[in-house]
Amino acid sequence: MSFPLEKARDPSKLRRIAIEPVSRVEGHGKVTILLDEHDRVHQVRLHIVEFRGFERFIQGRPYWEIPVMVQRLCGICPVSHHLAASKALDLVVGARKLSATAEKVRRLMHYGQILQSHALHFYHLSSPDLLLGFDSDVAKRNVVGLLAAYPELALQGVMLRKFGQEVIRITAGKRVHGTGSIPGGVNKSVTAEERDELLRALPDVTTWAQSGVRLIAELHAKNRELYEAFGTVRSNLLSLVGRDGKLDLYDGVLRARDADGRILFDGLEAEEYESVVREDVRSWSYMKFPYLASLGAEEGWYKVGPLARVQNCDSIGTPLAEAARQELLASSPGKFIHAPLAFHWARMVELLHAAEVIERLLADPDLLGRELVVTGARTSVGVGIIEAPRGTLIHHYEVDAQDLVTMCNLIVSTTHNNQAMHEAIREVARKHLDGHAPTEGLLNHIEVAIRAFDPCLSCATHALGKMPLAVDVVAANGERVARLVRGGEHAS
Amino acid sequence: MSPAPILIVGIGNPSRGDDALGPEFVERVGTALADEIAAGRIELLTDFQLQVEHMLDLTGRRRVVFVDASESAEPPFEFTPIEARRDASHSSHVLSPAALLDAHRTVVGEPPEAWLLALRGERFELGEPLSPRARASLAAAVDSFVRVIRADEGPQSPS
Repeated sequence: MSFPLEKARDPSKLRRIAIEPVSRVEGHGKVTILLDEHDRVHQVRLHIVEFRGFERFIQGRPYWEIPVMVQRLCGICPVSHHLAASKALDLVVGARKLSATAEKVRRLMHYGQILQSHALHFYHLSSPDLLLGFDSDVAKRNVVGLLAAYPELALQGVMLRKFGQEVIRITAGKRVHGTGSIPGGVNKSVTAEERDELLRALPDVTTWAQSGVRLIAELHAKNRELYEAFGTVRSNLLSLVGRDGKLDLYDGVLRARDADGRILFDGLEAEEYESVVREDVRSWSYMKFPYLASLGAEEGWYKVGPLARVQNCDSIGTPLAEAARQELLASSPGKFIHAPLAFHWARMVELLHAAEVIERLLADPDLLGRELVVTGARTSVGVGIIEAPRGTLIHHYEVDAQDLVTMCNLIVSTTHNNQAMHEAIREVARKHLDGHAPTEGLLNHIEVAIRAFDPCLSCATHALGKMPLAVDVVAANGERVARLVRGGEHAS
Repeated sequence: MSPAPILIVGIGNPSRGDDALGPEFVERVGTALADEIAAGRIELLTDFQLQVEHMLDLTGRRRVVFVDASESAEPPFEFTPIEARRDASHSSHVLSPAALLDAHRTVVGEPPEAWLLALRGERFELGEPLSPRARASLAAAVDSFVRVIRADEGPQSPS
């Protein structure tokens, strides 16, 4: 089985372009494009050096260490791993239902993480492309260029992120590597002073979030053709939804839809994920390609993340975000949206939702409660699924009688989106690169499509990496014929 | 309340061998300089990597010291001043200290005096402890840094 542009017929006769690394994504990533002498595109691949060492690192450790240890997977979404591991290990300690305080403190932590991560992505990583242009001056197409050109907007992004981190600090105990969530509950609740500190900042946060939604909606409206067509590929969608069908990023059941929105399955518990998700391997890639088992690898690949979530749910249970969601859906009457650039709009809807959820939670007296931990009959297996900022995150553990982890399997959102990202960049290559001499601006189009998914490659690769910034054009004989260096220089 | 005049920022992942040098340094300095910290003279911060919002942590400081592992620093460590400068790190999730200072200058105003304490490391594999050479770098750096702070002198490069 092979997808179009996955495998060139005779690669030895083609020129190879490597975009290495993909910038403004987390960790290692490289795109290779094979071109013939007329710059026609024959093959496009996203290479992510998957490193399974983290699972081995976890094995043999006592289960209670795991929620803290897994935060070292990633500097971008440590809280998502902290909570997914805690949820899985809740089952191991027999805590099938947490205390109201524990669940609400964890939810507050999670929505703080969603808010700060979405703010980082939209304001600092993607808006330079969206506001300054995909092929604008590369020296200015970055967060500091944005700070100079749109200081108020960029600062709002900084302040949103800061607020999200304060929520995390208060609920997790520390700004980084928190310990707040433990198997069976949490080790602290929120004090009235901490709650009031967050409440004071909240009106600004909600206002900024609404401005962000308006901004991305206006950008869509101004250039509908680009926003609807750029890298667009139809696929299935997967996410958690609340048991009531509403958007729920902390807990719920698995639901999948096909590209037209028909439900493929619904109501599956976390422990049942292996019955519906399989992982395919390709000889040329270290990263796996998950797919829905019932449809097979060729038809069963899917998207996860904000765009999947806001369409997979029946509604959003907070009014401002639901109104924003309806506006997003109305931009494509009667049709499900598959445009990568619509991820940004969905992301901002979720950011607004996070602000509303945080407001509700802060008004809830349970947050200040004292019942922090519950336990029950011990088991040996736990699966925890959470909707991390980038999409569905699965943690699966087996624990022996000595309390040591004997098996660990993590499926992160970037891995779920592997095929979808490939299809998006192949579509961009067909439409924008095919037949054109590669330039920095054109190659950035590929990166724009990848960035829309907000991949966290250090999660996918389970490695934090270094980021050299060069694009080499290499002939079939291996000789470098040109180099594009970030900063706009071009040397042969 | 005004922020502590000196901020020490340890950068690195504690689970990746010598990448733990930044956080380890902060932890040891935290013990050695507990009195100065309690008196509000020094504040400590650790993170995996620098992000744009860290510029808000710089505001109101007299001096900031970034502590990070380095594969290229002269062993045991280098202590060098940093100027605000735009560099390629703007285009990634991770900002360099110089780029962070530049972001501060753009948004808030002139950044505080800043130094980079680069500790020589050599192994960065997941799950590994600090290498013997990194331990030596760490011990030398902590000792020197604590002496400098206690003497209330400006940071000096070891001779």
